[in-house]
Amino acid sequence: MRETTSFRVVRSIVLAVLFLFAALPIYVIVTSSFKPLRDVSGPWTWLPEHFTIDPYITMWRTIPLAKYFANSLIVSVTATVLSLLIAIIAAYALTRLKWRGQRSFSLLVLSTQMFPGILFLLPLYLLFIQIQRTIGLQLNGSYLGLIITYLTFSLPFAIWMLMGFFAAMPEELEEAAMIDGTSRLGGFIRVILPIARPGIVAVGVFAFMNSWGEVLFASVLTTTDTRTLAVGMQAFATNVEVRWNEAMAASIIISLPVLIAFLLVQRNIVQGLSAGAVK
Amino acid sequence: MSVATSPKPPVVRKPDAIEPPAPPRRRSRRNLLPYLLVLPALIAELSIHIIPMFLGIYTSFIRLNQVSIRNWIAAPFVGLENYMRGLDPAGAIGSQFFETLLRTIVYTILVVGLSWMLGTAAAYYLSTNFRGRAFFRTFFLIPYAIPAFVGVIAWAFIFNQRDGLVNSVLVDQLHIVSDRPFWLVGPGAFFVIVVVSVWSLWPFAFLLQLAALQSVPAEVHEAASLDGAGRMKTFFRVTLPMIRASNVVLILLMFLASFNQFNVPFVLFGISSPKEAQLISPLIYQFSFGTWNFGLGAAVSTLLLVFLVIVTIIYVRLVMPKEKATHA
Repeated sequence: MRETTSFRVVRSIVLAVLFLFAALPIYVIVTSSFKPLRDVSGPWTWLPEHFTIDPYITMWRTIPLAKYFANSLIVSVTATVLSLLIAIIAAYALTRLKWRGQRSFSLLVLSTQMFPGILFLLPLYLLFIQIQRTIGLQLNGSYLGLIITYLTFSLPFAIWMLMGFFAAMPEELEEAAMIDGTSRLGGFIRVILPIARPGIVAVGVFAFMNSWGEVLFASVLTTTDTRTLAVGMQAFATNVEVRWNEAMAASIIISLPVLIAFLLVQRNIVQGLSAGAVK
Repeated sequence: MSVATSPKPPVVRKPDAIEPPAPPRRRSRRNLLPYLLVLPALIAELSIHIIPMFLGIYTSFIRLNQVSIRNWIAAPFVGLENYMRGLDPAGAIGSQFFETLLRTIVYTILVVGLSWMLGTAAAYYLSTNFRGRAFFRTFFLIPYAIPAFVGVIAWAFIFNQRDGLVNSVLVDQLHIVSDRPFWLVGPGAFFVIVVVSVWSLWPFAFLLQLAALQSVPAEVHEAASLDGAGRMKTFFRVTLPMIRASNVVLILLMFLASFNQFNVPFVLFGISSPKEAQLISPLIYQFSFGTWNFGLGAAVSTLLLVFLVIVTIIYVRLVMPKEKATHA
């Protein structure tokens, strides 16, 4: 379709407004992280008048940020790896094998992710209390409790997206490998998994993002020792005397890894999400 | 032989007429394989979603507070008491529940509507070719890619009463207002949660719309254009109907995400939102972990679940009559 001048003008205005809206908090985060405390505690300035990188150094002492970082990493990495493993084999069974209950199972997986998280919070808390009373395994406040929770929250989406990626791979590839003497599953592992790697990485990034940013369950299922970034960082937002420059510096350090990972695999995530959405 | 009709995959061997009889051991392994493969996922789903869901419904019928929670299995059964308190419009809790439900509905309509419009506009204009397109495409994904709580903390700083960007600009730079208004307390708080929620949700709409628009062939637009249809007309009459299926899912996902919104108010306000900005998920959290009234929290959770299931069913029936007809 021919682009008229008025179309170009409207396009520029719409995109400019959206850009300003999307960019405002990002601009605030970046510029404030290079301001000294007295400058962020006074009236807002658009540029750092006394440029400094001190917030990036002092933030580690204001709150136990390194501890929160380690906690978030332990929980998110473990949950991501486990959910990938479980989702890969489940998605394999759902796309490559025919079995009774197949449809019911995928419906079950899909429907659980529609329910509100708050619905599961109290019952999980109660279950964890009961498990501790019965067999002495502490889940409330331990890494394990949070890992299990996050693993399961990532699972439906991971299975959903992986099914899309696996279904797109021709079955002839495994059949060719089977002629060479490997089993069906062996063919899948040796042939399909390596080709599907970009998709699997995208699903992993997606699962990691979910755990890294989760607030609700972390706020109840963690203690001072296991607190994640999502909960720990709130000290910055709700405290009376807030070191905003340090909060913004910490925000950058927290966001950069996931932001870079997401932008690298975004095309695959979009593909996986929309494949799932349309089916 | 009992054939299970339950939704769970039955671990029952199905006689297979097509395959020639194989040695029993090999055959049973072959039939069990899919179940073994989905077993870990099934156990995870059961233990974190299905069992807790039924446990949550059960706890809505018991008196559960900070004392009885230690041994909640022995907590007294109180029937519908928690529901009566939650649903009594004359009582303090019931009126709070209905007010919050209504506010959450208004909030959801605003957030989903605005996010859909912004996301669709961005995807529409970025599906045309121009210089700088790749930059916008990547940039608009940033709010989606960074952790939600990071974005919310930045907005908390922006709307900060004493020295936030909004008040500094309004008061010191533009001199529109003389005293610094509180944004995170009072009526302004509702405005803030809407703005912040739209900021974090619209890139999701953008992402899915972008993918949907890629599936519309360019010839369709050319044909409409040859027929003399303008851009607007082509978009509403041709493009939108063609991406209807993914829009149905997109709106449902955004509805569920907004209705269950927790992160934005919780990071902005902590455990107790100002009453003007109270939403249903934070209210349940406050009942349960703020006032230790776990039974009431469970009852309101159950009501929320029932509400969402009903709305989802009505929505699916209303917008997907065609798919339904083909399935029947």
